[in-house]
Amino acid sequence: MKVSVDQEKCCGAGTCVLLAPDVFDQRDEDGIVVLLDETPPEALHETVREAVSVCPGVAISVDE
Amino acid sequence: MTTPDGVLVVGASAAGLATAEALRRKGYQGPLTVLGAEPHLPYDRPPLSKQVLCGQWEPARARLRPEAMLSALDASFVLGDPAVRLDVAGRSVHTASGRVLTAEAVVLATGLRPRTLPGQDGLAGVHVLRTLDDALALRAELLTASRVVVVGDGVLGAEIAATARGMGCAVTMAGPQEAPLAYQFGPLPARLLADLHASRGVELRLGAGVTGLSAEDGRVTGVCLATGEVLPADVVVVAFGAAPATEWLSGSGLLCDNGIVCDSRCRAAAGVYAAGDVARWHHETLDALLRLENRTNATEQGIAVAANILGADQPYTPVPYFWTDQFDAKIHVYGTLRADAEVSVVEGDPADRRFVALYRHGGVVIGVLGWNMPKQARLRRREVDAVLVGGKS
Repeated sequence: MKVSVDQEKCCGAGTCVLLAPDVFDQRDEDGIVVLLDETPPEALHETVREAVSVCPGVAISVDE
Repeated sequence: MTTPDGVLVVGASAAGLATAEALRRKGYQGPLTVLGAEPHLPYDRPPLSKQVLCGQWEPARARLRPEAMLSALDASFVLGDPAVRLDVAGRSVHTASGRVLTAEAVVLATGLRPRTLPGQDGLAGVHVLRTLDDALALRAELLTASRVVVVGDGVLGAEIAATARGMGCAVTMAGPQEAPLAYQFGPLPARLLADLHASRGVELRLGAGVTGLSAEDGRVTGVCLATGEVLPADVVVVAFGAAPATEWLSGSGLLCDNGIVCDSRCRAAAGVYAAGDVARWHHETLDALLRLENRTNATEQGIAVAANILGADQPYTPVPYFWTDQFDAKIHVYGTLRADAEVSVVEGDPADRRFVALYRHGGVVIGVLGWNMPKQARLRRREVDAVLVGGKS
């Protein structure tokens, strides 16, 4: 799995960080998503898929 | 896992799509149909009042998913065909074109319809903003408008006013509150919003109800206020609230009272669920019926419904969240705000237009508002969480 984020679409909700703090973070200054792990381990794949689905800015995508 | 013999999702927007995706993620492999009233593939609504309206994004950029991802969902999308009747016992939905779709589980996610002013229908120059087509029609008129009046001082009205002003239009915002969002935010943030709009050139004519529209030769000429004043306009946007789209359910036997009334599992009847703006469900922790009109709820409730269709039997107890972007202000809200809450700034400084405020009512934190401090606001979410879901992080 390869994760990518679109910082222009990110609204700063932080729902991805709440779900998968090992994969996503937010910038301190404006809350925009920061990708910590572009290729997360398999144990996190299901959670990352949920983050894609729940992201209110539609800013996360995965290539599997 | 319970596996229903077919799931029909009525509504092809955020809540409907989230339900369909979650069903597949959770392993449901049976027939899946998504029925949409609009002809478009699922798209996102928050950008309609901002990036799509101002033209920064082509409409395609607002799509919720690329087509390849929708294909991989292995769902049948039936679009451009509104549902007109539900048979609860037979779990079948009749559509405008005469289709009859039947499934073991039916999910109702038909969203909202904008409220309108008397005499608005068919009047040129008057717009609502709910759909992509609405946004494109409004955009076309804003490009040549000379005087725009936005009727509405809530989130949508304030966003449209900010976007139209950013496009160079002369804009007036009208509504009954003393400042935008005052009933919800309380005096401090609402005053900051009013200052922000005024400083960017939006004329605020607030504190007076809107009674109707003036028109000449079939085109709007102004907005009439309860004070007797008429605000001249060649383009009017009516954005003062919306009602759950439940009229098609009348006669179905479902209880519709400010939304489809559901139990704590978001179930309206055996095998019939509701999700998103249209659903009014029993929030167990708050012990109250709640209906949330926000983007995140659409997705989270869709996911909860999918789990319950598959037998999870879980109550849906979210911490409400929404955000709004107006000019350079990015405001994030967790929990519930109310105008009479005790508000304390816990980080940053309102004078710098960067702060986090906690809202307390009855001695407990009920909400968090962040102004240009999204991460810091999100980190305070757990203080609301502690009240709402009993300490679960």
